[in-house]
Amino acid sequence: MTSILTSMFKNLPSTSKWALRFSLRPLSCSSQLRAAPAVQTKSKKTLAKPNIRNIVVVDGVRIPFLQSGTSYKELMPHDLARAALVGLLHRTSVPKDVVDYIIFGTVIQEVKTSNVAREAALGAGFSDKTPAHTVTMACISANQAMTTGVGLIASGQCDVVVAGGVELMSDVPIRHSRKMRKMMLDLNKAKTLGQRLSLLSKFRLNFLSPELPAVAEFSTSETMGHSADRLAAAFAVSRLDQDEYALRSHSLAKKAQDEGLLSDVVPFKVPGKDTVTKDNGIRPSSLEQMAKLKPAFIKPYGTVTAANSSFLTDGASAMLIMAEEKALAMGYKPKAYLRDFVYVSQDPKDQLLLGPTYATPKVLEKAGLTMTDIDAFEFHEAFSGQILANFKAMDSDWFAQNYMGRKTKVGAPPLEKFNNWGGSLSLGHPFGATGCRLVMAAANRLRKEGGQYGLVAACAAGGQGHAMIVEVYPK
Amino acid sequence: MVASRAIGSLSRFTASRTLRCPGYISRNFSGSSALLTRTHINYGVKGDVAVVRINSPNSKVNTLNRELQSEFMEVMNEIWASDQVRSAVLISAKPGCFIAGADINMLASCKSVEEVTRISQEGQRMFEKLEKSTKPIVAAISGSCLGGGLELAISCQYRIATKDKKTVLGAPEVLLGILPGAGGTQRLPKMVGVPAAFDMMLTGRNIRADRAKKMGLVDQLVEPLGPGLKPSEERTIEYLEEVAVTFAKELSDKKLSPKRDKGLVEKLMSYAMSIPFVRQQIYKKVEEKVRKQTKGLYPAPLKIIDVVKTGIEQGNDAGYLSESQKFGELAMSKESKALIGLYHGQVLCKKNKFGAPQKDVKHLAILGAGLMGAGIAQVSVDKGLKTILKDATLAGLGRGQQQVFKGLNDKVKKKALTSFERDSIFSNLTGQLDYQGFEKADMVIEAVFEDLNLKHRVLKEVEAVIPDHCIFASNTSALPINQIAAVSKRPEKVIGMHYFSPVDKMQLLEIITTEKTSKDTTASAVAVGLKQGKVIIVVKDGPGFYTTRCLAPMMSEVLRILQEGVDPKKLDSLTTSFGFPVGAATLVDEVGVDVAKHVAEDLGKAFGERFEGGSLELLKQMVSRGFLGRKSGKGFYVYQEGVKNKSLNSDMDGILASLKVPPKSDVCSDEDIQYRLVTRFVNEAVMCLQEGILATPAEGDIGAVFGLGFPPCLGGPFRYVDLYGAQKILDRLRRYEAAYGKQFTPCQLLTDHANSPSKKFYQ
Repeated sequence: MTSILTSMFKNLPSTSKWALRFSLRPLSCSSQLRAAPAVQTKSKKTLAKPNIRNIVVVDGVRIPFLQSGTSYKELMPHDLARAALVGLLHRTSVPKDVVDYIIFGTVIQEVKTSNVAREAALGAGFSDKTPAHTVTMACISANQAMTTGVGLIASGQCDVVVAGGVELMSDVPIRHSRKMRKMMLDLNKAKTLGQRLSLLSKFRLNFLSPELPAVAEFSTSETMGHSADRLAAAFAVSRLDQDEYALRSHSLAKKAQDEGLLSDVVPFKVPGKDTVTKDNGIRPSSLEQMAKLKPAFIKPYGTVTAANSSFLTDGASAMLIMAEEKALAMGYKPKAYLRDFVYVSQDPKDQLLLGPTYATPKVLEKAGLTMTDIDAFEFHEAFSGQILANFKAMDSDWFAQNYMGRKTKVGAPPLEKFNNWGGSLSLGHPFGATGCRLVMAAANRLRKEGGQYGLVAACAAGGQGHAMIVEVYPK
Repeated sequence: MVASRAIGSLSRFTASRTLRCPGYISRNFSGSSALLTRTHINYGVKGDVAVVRINSPNSKVNTLNRELQSEFMEVMNEIWASDQVRSAVLISAKPGCFIAGADINMLASCKSVEEVTRISQEGQRMFEKLEKSTKPIVAAISGSCLGGGLELAISCQYRIATKDKKTVLGAPEVLLGILPGAGGTQRLPKMVGVPAAFDMMLTGRNIRADRAKKMGLVDQLVEPLGPGLKPSEERTIEYLEEVAVTFAKELSDKKLSPKRDKGLVEKLMSYAMSIPFVRQQIYKKVEEKVRKQTKGLYPAPLKIIDVVKTGIEQGNDAGYLSESQKFGELAMSKESKALIGLYHGQVLCKKNKFGAPQKDVKHLAILGAGLMGAGIAQVSVDKGLKTILKDATLAGLGRGQQQVFKGLNDKVKKKALTSFERDSIFSNLTGQLDYQGFEKADMVIEAVFEDLNLKHRVLKEVEAVIPDHCIFASNTSALPINQIAAVSKRPEKVIGMHYFSPVDKMQLLEIITTEKTSKDTTASAVAVGLKQGKVIIVVKDGPGFYTTRCLAPMMSEVLRILQEGVDPKKLDSLTTSFGFPVGAATLVDEVGVDVAKHVAEDLGKAFGERFEGGSLELLKQMVSRGFLGRKSGKGFYVYQEGVKNKSLNSDMDGILASLKVPPKSDVCSDEDIQYRLVTRFVNEAVMCLQEGILATPAEGDIGAVFGLGFPPCLGGPFRYVDLYGAQKILDRLRRYEAAYGKQFTPCQLLTDHANSPSKKFYQ
């Protein structure tokens, strides 16, 4: 209701528009806004820049995110990516041959399909004349896929790009040991039986011990959960706070799922299994139940547990991005603009998961916005402790001055605008695919709840981070 | 040159372990009016847990001294008496230091064995009270926990340590010639087992927190935190305290038992140790090993074994009594005084007395990628200095780069570095054949071949490309710096930096200043050396500077002794049994016969008769036969890859026979041979002080021990004269002078000291 009203006002003369719009907001919104000054105006009415193409999201979809080891466990990553692509084609009815380029993000690579974007696109029936490439940037791989697309369009190289991401944690490449691999490669080259036998005689049983994909940060050898626990401790985030936040995420996700708000989900008929229609990781529990869990990383006194961390997830997402004029020419009604974005990076040891803290003020500054301009925050929730530590860091002048080289803090996002439809803790986090989910959640929330600007932010392994402003497309 | 393991281990003391700040005594006087406000300890209560925070004023470290001990006992008595408090946490408020040890000066001020024994007994009683406390006490350890600090920690019921590089536990008393005197010798074996306890107490090695957890020395680890709403160090200590408080609560609520679950290996070990025969075998083995390594020159390790044995075999009371008595005896021993002197000297030589340089050296360039150049590069890059390594040939450069890589990779193998850290450190090194990038260099260290013309050439080449502020340092062991600087356009920027080989192992750096070297240049060189982790002596320019000059007359005597028919093996055993880490003949092989010849010729020319003794012909013939020492595979010994016991080079017999001189019967006993070597060394060292080459006796001692392997148990040439008497040394010199002439003529300063026994190098 409110959103319809607000968007109506957009067509009014700009002098009266903002005042009116804000006078309406308290009806729908929270106490905090009521306490705020009565008249707030957006510091900018749009982020369009002269001489730069506007880039829009026509629509985006994802297959349901499932806990790994469930319905998708027999599939390969390109199967999931293909399902997302097919879902996107169905949702947008875009003629396959207008797509100029396809980019997918992924983290743990299946060696058979190292360019998973291409394999999925071919399988989904895209033209074999449409090139595709795969990008990787840990948990912000899909964000990288989108912004790569944005770059291609903005620079005039392409008009229509499909960006997406995929991750299949049910199966990961487990390799032979280096010694075994070396022996096998040498055997390939050996010419005579004698050479082969002498090689084989060097075989030792320990050659057979497998090599698992690294769960730890390469530069520091620390697992992410361990780092998250230390981060939570560094910012004095209590176990109870973390459990409460996780509970909030699950409750909101459940509510959004029940109310049918997660409209980006497309059903996926898994071969040999039932059609999957919804995310299966949403499990609102009770604080008492959660309190019983033992810490998962720093034992026995840590605070990060299975319940307040995101879980291993299988899933894929895809999104149709176009130059605005192209979309309009094709008769589309886009959902949102993709506006300014930043990538940041910092110390991978002690600040591994603080990407959003660094990225948020930077992207706001770049766009000429302030925190109060943002109507919907969509942050990637790797761990409850990570989100809450980021809040504290964003709300600390000391941290801003000593570590970010800023004069003042940016401030923590108001909780009532934050991840209102659940987040990675509850919906799941297929590493390579989460970025598109965040952008679609922001766009869909702005359309549903009203508001103009959304801010998407995420942290990623390697001590990197990303933030992007999403502006709702006027109706 | 080569250093002994014993000296190497002294390196584990860091300069931060200054044991008492000078401002301290005055504080006692001024603070006496406010007796109730405690200066070292404060405590608060969190719920029913008392948190005792140790924070010695005006010092970077906490040391167990009388004031701290009495305040601590006062606080503990309050805690034990309080109904509200059910458990306690001991923690330091200083990041980087729990308790660095007992106050050495407290021992130094003691006049008798009995007095020291009493101090030990007081400590024993204090820690016994802690051990028997009915309210559980948790030691929360962050930073160094050494000596008395460790003894305090192991008296507590539970230990939690921060898992960072600064947190180390250890019993370094043996390195000061004493033993853990506050119950450590009794508690440690029970806690970590007899073999591990011996290892800790006999080597004095520092044990990192994660290793300590595996050994059972600490019960829990706490991860260091990054920055949050406070600086990282501050928050980590706070977190450690929070975690310790929860454990203290659980202990007092009996939810947690302080008893550790022992692994199978440990259980088997403790079973084995319950068999008297096994124990006896262990004592025997350990003692044999100690005797072999120390040659019986160091009493402390043997007494440690004895005290541990007494405690285990005859019970606690006998053990504690023996510990305190032996502690008293050792503290009064000359060896301990020598080692403590070295410790103080080392602390002194880890400071930059020339102040902060105007410009920090951030870009370093090294000329010559040989053994020395690459070694200097290695100790520079791993401290974060951007370093250019330049050589004339690609092959030479490649060898040098590989040496640096190998040095770093060895640390990875020992788990002191991760492979990732190695790679990023190695990226600080740029190898090149040209002078590109020298325009940004703040300091150039040349380590090219020891040839004056070559050094002049590179100096001129370098001065054409470096910026005005850049310092030119020469790594030479004997060429006078003023001669090198003679062709410089800016001699105030030229200085000598004499490193010792292998650079990454040897701690000493001898910095040589000429008349023209500016003070800022010196300050800068010292700052770089300190950054490289070196112990630094600063000496005046002159032939052989200090270290090489002291060594030369001794080497000359070595040649004479060999000519007199003592075989190299015998000579080696005589020198090592005197306390030198490496035998004299082996030393020549290690240094390189050609280098020794070169130096002997140069210094012989400069100093004339006093440096004579053996015939240079010996070295000349060896060089001409290609017997250059270890590097050529043959010298006095034959060196083969993988062969541990080196055998004598039989081809030397002919050379030695042809140069044989008859020994003088009244000065060729084993003892005389030893003293002929040592007195020439000492006499030359004292002469360096007399001539102003050396600024202080302390630097002379540090240089001799850390650079040349002078016996650490004697504390260096100057401490040796102080402790054993100038007169005795003078008498010997006179006797040898009568036999050999001027080479043994005692210098004026030594004679002065002999004439007035109250004169000491160390007051």
